[in-house]
Amino acid sequence: MNLSGASYWALRVFTWMVLGLLYLPLAIIVILSFNTATSLSWPPDGLWLDWWRKAAAADAPRDALWTSVKLALASTGVALVLGTCLSFALARYRFFGRSSLSFLVVLPIALPGIVTGVALRNTFLRLGWDLGFRTVVLGHGTFCIVLAFNNVIARLRRMAPNVQEASADLGAHGMQTFRLVTFPLIRSALLAGGLLAFALSFDEIIVTTFTAGAGVETLPQWILNNFARPNNVPLVTVVATVVMLLSIPLAWLAQRLTGEPTGLGAGR
Amino acid sequence: MGERLERAAGLSATAASTGGGAGRRASRLFHGHPKVGLGALLSGPLLWLIVVYLGSLAVLVVSAFFTIDEFTNQPTTQLTTANVEEVLGTRAFWDTVIRSVAVASAVTLLSLVLALPMAFYVAKLAKPWARRSLIVAATLPLWAGYLVKAYAMRAVFEPGGSGGQGGGFLQGAVGWTPGFGRTAVVLTLTYLWLPYMILPIYAGLDRLPTSLLDASGDLGARPLRTFRSVILPLLVPAIAAGSIFTFSLSLGDYITVKIVGSKTQLIGNLIERTLLAPNQPLAAAFTLWPIVIMIAYLIVVARLGAFESL
Repeated sequence: MNLSGASYWALRVFTWMVLGLLYLPLAIIVILSFNTATSLSWPPDGLWLDWWRKAAAADAPRDALWTSVKLALASTGVALVLGTCLSFALARYRFFGRSSLSFLVVLPIALPGIVTGVALRNTFLRLGWDLGFRTVVLGHGTFCIVLAFNNVIARLRRMAPNVQEASADLGAHGMQTFRLVTFPLIRSALLAGGLLAFALSFDEIIVTTFTAGAGVETLPQWILNNFARPNNVPLVTVVATVVMLLSIPLAWLAQRLTGEPTGLGAGR
Repeated sequence: MGERLERAAGLSATAASTGGGAGRRASRLFHGHPKVGLGALLSGPLLWLIVVYLGSLAVLVVSAFFTIDEFTNQPTTQLTTANVEEVLGTRAFWDTVIRSVAVASAVTLLSLVLALPMAFYVAKLAKPWARRSLIVAATLPLWAGYLVKAYAMRAVFEPGGSGGQGGGFLQGAVGWTPGFGRTAVVLTLTYLWLPYMILPIYAGLDRLPTSLLDASGDLGARPLRTFRSVILPLLVPAIAAGSIFTFSLSLGDYITVKIVGSKTQLIGNLIERTLLAPNQPLAAAFTLWPIVIMIAYLIVVARLGAFESL
């Protein structure tokens, strides 16, 4: 295909423009975190570290951050175990209903969060369970399974079957083969799927709102509750900036592990 | 592969059957009986996805036919079609559903229009060493947080008081803003979900051999013709995969709508409001809309090959 110089430059400028638009709002939030006023107005009245000092002293956002981390870790654990089991079953066995299972695993993430949230809330309440940390883990785990599943099954499909046969020929039994051969080969896929599940759970707000009781406040919930209070807006921009800075190394790690840019294990 | 593997492992298990150890015994159990292994692998995920998840969806659908106790506002198990009739028979609710589908479609189309040229530049025109950095740059904002980005867009669109006093970025820097409303909702949702469209399209283009495009050019096709007749048909699965996210995530959204939508109402807002009313059966009847729309959508995109490109 012979693109003219003009089309090449047009596409190039367009690409950089879209990238610029993706980062502009984030830059605005970072700049506003140094604002002295309590509104989102532009240009900022003056810049100072006041709100950073106040944020460092505030307990509520730190507690919420800690809740979110614990929650994301628990949901990721659940998702990794279930997703890995499912991907092994689908990669290694032929059975009835096999093709509908890959549809079923995508469903919780393809249906809007409000449907998943309302459905699970309804069930938990009917079962007489108290809404709290555990019910949120159940909710988040449900839509995180697909991330572990996608990453692990992609790896299993690429893996040559003869490595396991070779291991068996050398006298290893199934458990040894798993521990010494299969697991090291899927380890980075597990880590990548786990990171994505962690990120998705950490950021989730809709399913959290419906499956959490009054006693649980995650970081997204704290942000949602405090943006509504005008006096706390700069505090929220500070916390948002910190979260963005923390997420950069995680995103970089996930990208390194899969060798692919990572969305939902997209692109395999 | 599975069968061969089973046989090989079975052989080794037989050969080693004189050995002891819990691991060895467990291995023998699994490999002598492939069904035991399959059952062990599937029981957890199936219990979760079918019993907990599909079970919950089924109960939700059924509860749309429950009545509500007038005094306690609690759903009772007495059956009625009144909720579904109310949802289907009210003009305003139809308008909301149509508006939601229109917003979700607009977000999907806008994302596509932005993602296609960009993904093409990155995958086919950028210098090889720059590709990776560019695509990582396009996905990094996904990690910045949904609410952070939604509020960032609020800071962009904020119209301020009369005369733009206290207005946001657009008002302050450009002097014009669409303000809060349906336009702001579409733009914000596009901003939120655009990377989900860029990623699969980039991956699809990356797999597309450049020689195919050269061949089309050698046969006399101009770039636009190559795009329409060669690239676009091969990208259909990738576009379908990306559209699942842009469409579904926009269809059910109600938080962004609250943040930048002013008085705009989508189906998610109706569900939330009814649930808080509280009228659980009526809320359940409303959720039938997104469930039906998304399942129909998934069936269509599955035919287009979306699930292989996910």
